[in-house]
Amino acid sequence: MSGIAGTFMVMAIIPLILILLYLLIQGISSISPSVFVELPPPPMVDGGGFGNAILGTVIMVSIATLISVPIGVLAAIFLSEYSGGQLANWIRFATNVLSGVPSIIIGVFVYGAIVLSFKTYSAWAGGFALSILMLPIIVRTTEEALKLIPQEVRQASVGIGANDFQTILFVVLPAAIPAILTGVTLAIARAAGDTASLMFTALFTQFWPNWENKLAEPTASLAVLVFNFAIVPFKNQQQLAWAAAFILVLLVLLTSVISRLATSKRQF
Amino acid sequence: MTSISEQTRIGSRPPVEKTADTVFRWAAIISALAIAGFLIWIVLQIFIQALPAITQFGLGFLFKSTWNPVRNEYGILTPIYGTIVSSIIALLISVPIGLGVAIVLSEDYLPTKIQTILVFLVELLAAIPSVVYGLWGIFVLIPFLRGITPLRGPGMLPAALILSVMILPTISAIARDALINVDVGLRQAGVGLGATRWETILWIVLPTASSGIIGGIMLALGRALGETMAVTMLIGNSNQLNLSIFQPSNTISSLLANQFAEASGLQVSALMYAAFVLAVITLAVNMLAQVVVTQLQKI
Repeated sequence: MSGIAGTFMVMAIIPLILILLYLLIQGISSISPSVFVELPPPPMVDGGGFGNAILGTVIMVSIATLISVPIGVLAAIFLSEYSGGQLANWIRFATNVLSGVPSIIIGVFVYGAIVLSFKTYSAWAGGFALSILMLPIIVRTTEEALKLIPQEVRQASVGIGANDFQTILFVVLPAAIPAILTGVTLAIARAAGDTASLMFTALFTQFWPNWENKLAEPTASLAVLVFNFAIVPFKNQQQLAWAAAFILVLLVLLTSVISRLATSKRQF
Repeated sequence: MTSISEQTRIGSRPPVEKTADTVFRWAAIISALAIAGFLIWIVLQIFIQALPAITQFGLGFLFKSTWNPVRNEYGILTPIYGTIVSSIIALLISVPIGLGVAIVLSEDYLPTKIQTILVFLVELLAAIPSVVYGLWGIFVLIPFLRGITPLRGPGMLPAALILSVMILPTISAIARDALINVDVGLRQAGVGLGATRWETILWIVLPTASSGIIGGIMLALGRALGETMAVTMLIGNSNQLNLSIFQPSNTISSLLANQFAEASGLQVSALMYAAFVLAVITLAVNMLAQVVVTQLQKI
C-alpha cells in the first residue's frame, strides 16, 4: 500500500514537471527582446511579438486590482474586526461560493451587464470581470492576515484611547500589510492567467490599447493571445503562444515562491 | 501657560473622529454585503438575459441535441452529457491519486522539508493557468495519445485527462487538511490495538476524515464542471453525441467559449440559458461542498 501511495505521489508530480519542462524549452527558444515591444504578426510572417497583449494585461489587471483591493480588504475587515455573528458566516459562505463560480460564467455575466449596456468590448469590462475573480482571494487572505494579529495589540490600542477606526487603520492593518500584499499578489497572478473571463469582455485585438478612446475598445491580453495562437495552424503564431505561456507561468512561479517566503515570516 | 492636567484632559472625541469611525464601519459593512450582492447579481443578470430562450424552449432545451443558429433551434443535451462525463472521468482518475498524495503528505513517510516542497509543487498545479494546460495538451498530450490509443485528434479523453490534473490539487489539499486534523489519539488507539499503519489509515483515519474528503471531492467536481479553456482546446467541440471517449465532444463551458463572441439575437439568449444551467449546477455543487466542509470544521 505504501508503494501504491508513493506511486500516486510521483504520478501527481510528473505532469507538472513535463509541463514546466516543455514551457522552458519552447518558451526560452521563442523569447527575444522584440516580443515585448512589437505587435502580433500575421500568419506565416516571422518576427513580431505581443507588446500590446502585455500592456493590455497590465492595464486590465490594474483596473481589477483597483476595484477588488478596497472592497476585498474592507470586507475582510468587517469579517475579522466588526462581526463575529451570523452575518459574517453568510458573507464567508458567499465568498467561498463566489470563488467557485467558473470564470466563464463571470465572463458571460460581465458581457450581459457591461458589454451589452455600453455596446462595446472594453478593457473596463475585462478589468471588472477580473476584479470579481480576484475578490474572494483577497477577502480570504486578508481575513486570515488580520486574524494572525494578536488580540492584545487591539486591546493596547483601545486602551490608549483609539476608537475602532483608528485601531484598525493605524494599528491592525499596518501589521497585516505583508500578508495582505501576498494575497493581492496571488490574486493578480490568478487574474493575469485567466482567459475565459476575458474572451468576450475584452476580446482581443492586433493593435495597441487605445487611450484616446478611453480604452473602450477590444483589448489584447496575454491569456487570450495564448488561446488564439494555440488553435491556429501557423508555426510563427504558435511559437508566440509558447512564449506568452512561458511568461504567464513565470509570473505564477515567482508570485508563489514570494508568497511562500513572505508568509513564513510573522511580525508577531 | 496651561497646566499639564489641562493639556491631557479627557474631553469628548472630536466630531471628525466620530464621523470617520461611522463612515469606516459602514464602508466595511457595505463591502462585505457587496460580495453577496455580486453573487446574486451574477445569477439574476444571466437569468434575465436567458429569459427569451427559457420561455421559447422551456425545459426541452436540456434534452435536445440540436444546435442550429440558422434555424434558431437550440438544445444542450450534448454539452450537458460532455460536461458530466468529462468531470466523472476526471474524478475517477484524480480521486485515488489525490487521496494517495494526501496520505503520503500527511503521514510521516518523508522528512518535513521534502514534504513542504512536495506540498508546494502540488499547489503549483492549481496555479498554472488553464490556457497553458490547453496549450500543452494540444502540442504534447494529444500527439502522445494518438500514438497509443485510437484517438485521432481532439476528443473527450485528452480533455478529461487534463481536467484530472487540474483538479488533483483541490482534492489532495483538502483531503490532506482533513487527514491532518484527525485526532492523534484515534491513531494511537489503532496502533495500540495492534493495527498496522495501513490498517489504521484505512479503517480509522480515512473514515474519520471522510466528510472533509467528500467536501474536497465536491469542490473539485465544481471546478471540473466549470473548467473552460483547457477543455475547449482539447475536447474538439463537436455537438454530436458520441459515447466513445476517443471522439470529439462538447461541454457547456466550451460551447459558451466557442460561440459567444459571434452570436447574435436568440442565439445569445440560448447561450445565456446554457450559462444559467451551468451556473446553477456549479453553484449547487459548491454550496453543498461548503456545507460539508463547514460541518467538518465544527466537529
